[in-house]
Amino acid sequence: MLKLNNVCKNLGEFNLSNLNLKVKKGEYFMILGKSGVGKSLFLELITGMQNPDKGEIILDGINITHKKIQKRQVGMVFQDYAIFPHLSVYSNIGYPLKSKGYSRENQANIILKVAGQMNLTHLLDRNPGTLSGGELQRVALARVLTLKPKLLLLDEPLVSLDVQLRKDIRTILRKIHQSGQTILHVTHDYEETITLADKVAILQNGQIIQSGTPTEIFQHPKTSFVAEFIGVKNYIPVNLNKTEEDICQAKVKGHHNLVLCMLNGKSKGNGHLIINAEDITISLDKLSASAINNFQGVIKELHPGIKGMEVVVDIGVEMTSIISQRSTRSLDLREGKAVWVSFKASGVKFIAD
Amino acid sequence: MKDRSWINLTFIFLGGLVLLFIIAPLAGMFLKTSSGDFIDTAGDMEVIRSIWLTLWTSMMATLFFAVAAIPLSYLLARKEFRFKKLILGIIDIPIVIPHSAAGIAILGFISRDTLLGKTASMVGIDFVGHPAGIAMAMAFVSVPFLINAARDGFASVPIRLEQAALNLGASPARVFFTISLPLAWRNIISGLIMMFARGMSEFGAVIIVAYHPMITPVLIYDRFGAFGLKYARPVAAIFIIISLTFFITFRLLANNKKNA
Repeated sequence: MLKLNNVCKNLGEFNLSNLNLKVKKGEYFMILGKSGVGKSLFLELITGMQNPDKGEIILDGINITHKKIQKRQVGMVFQDYAIFPHLSVYSNIGYPLKSKGYSRENQANIILKVAGQMNLTHLLDRNPGTLSGGELQRVALARVLTLKPKLLLLDEPLVSLDVQLRKDIRTILRKIHQSGQTILHVTHDYEETITLADKVAILQNGQIIQSGTPTEIFQHPKTSFVAEFIGVKNYIPVNLNKTEEDICQAKVKGHHNLVLCMLNGKSKGNGHLIINAEDITISLDKLSASAINNFQGVIKELHPGIKGMEVVVDIGVEMTSIISQRSTRSLDLREGKAVWVSFKASGVKFIAD
Repeated sequence: MKDRSWINLTFIFLGGLVLLFIIAPLAGMFLKTSSGDFIDTAGDMEVIRSIWLTLWTSMMATLFFAVAAIPLSYLLARKEFRFKKLILGIIDIPIVIPHSAAGIAILGFISRDTLLGKTASMVGIDFVGHPAGIAMAMAFVSVPFLINAARDGFASVPIRLEQAALNLGASPARVFFTISLPLAWRNIISGLIMMFARGMSEFGAVIIVAYHPMITPVLIYDRFGAFGLKYARPVAAIFIIISLTFFITFRLLANNKKNA
């Protein structure tokens, strides 16, 4: 369907290099990257608003690298919607149809059908200036869908919407996808990615550093950037070099005296350990329990998070634990206080480099 | 305006002086013109003909040159090219040079011995002393107002909207006529009004190109030279009223269109 071969673009501020990507027909593909990484530029290259310095873009087997924007059959929903302010909702939705030479009657039929799908029928006579963000987003989607694009590009479509509207637009996007539409969606929100994507690519420093299904990426982040980006709190570089019975010992890089234990690690060598923050116990004294990873450290940070209180303890490396507010109070935790950090060897996951 | 600080009061005083400087001569002119003179002059066929000539030559100059000036404004707003700054400077030249000098330049361009003059004479037109020559002189000094206003208008249209239209399959021509032009229209209308008004009031360039037929500014000068201030003043007063009527009407129409 869509293939990018070694696409490069240097705009000084934004720099994309050697982008290789394959999107299959009917796939919901998401590009995940932090703000300012060049995600919008990525889409602009596909639409033709920017020309690549190098490489080629293939759509349905046709090289569209230097094709005119209006000839590409790639529809884009812009982050700021780009609704024409001087045209009514009806005229906005029907804008692509006039270029295609549809009769007035056909245009009306298509506009009414798409407006119905997007729940916009009651807004057709309205001026865009009177619409809310969610309504504008639906108009932008309706307008691009009348084009019947081979590929639908979405530039952070949920970023400026509130929680309820996000949910509504996500439902609409799922329906569009289920109708067979191929979608390429860029975002910085990994939750958005989990709920929508068939496949994900991570963009960092102008390069795609990892791609795969959301499960593959979230279970096996290849770099600390990916791990951090998808919400993994404890991602520790180690050398897994010694096994005793069913226990592997992992020496933390740069901290030779710090050794973490994991269960039945088959891999050896350099890699990263992932430890869920929810699996780490904080105590004031060393626990006599089954957990064999017990380290004393000092609380460096203590702040509320989405799931609970996040406690960052320096044990040589920083370990983050998520605990309840009640536990924070009962243990009288505060920054600078010495505590013990414990976690089970069975809760540690190793990802080889 | 409730700020009574000394700096505010000083600014109000200085601003008032400038306003007085503009209003006083005009008010004086109207006050010194008797109603009888007004009525006699308003019925004077020479005056009526000159006002009509002034209005339609300026209107023709505005509409004719708009066809080329508006696309030029679009290019200047949207494209980057070599010598763009030079071109922007050239466009402003008619505003900064003496208008009599502009008239000399235009005369040298359209007189019978030039290529344009010879070509026009083949179809029976002699620009010198002809309404077409008057329109050219008017356009020469007034077209920068249209170009600059339209350029600002196009520059204020988000490029993103044009890109979105292209992305929706529209040709560049359709994007221009359905997106860029309507969204820049307010500035363009303003530029057209300014060009029309400026052309209508032109004297220096026109008198070099065509003393006859007389546009109203030339007629005012002619009557002043031949008969004195008393005879020139009613013509000037009537012309000012007509100019302001057109100017205000066009402005109101443009604003109504914006608010519609």
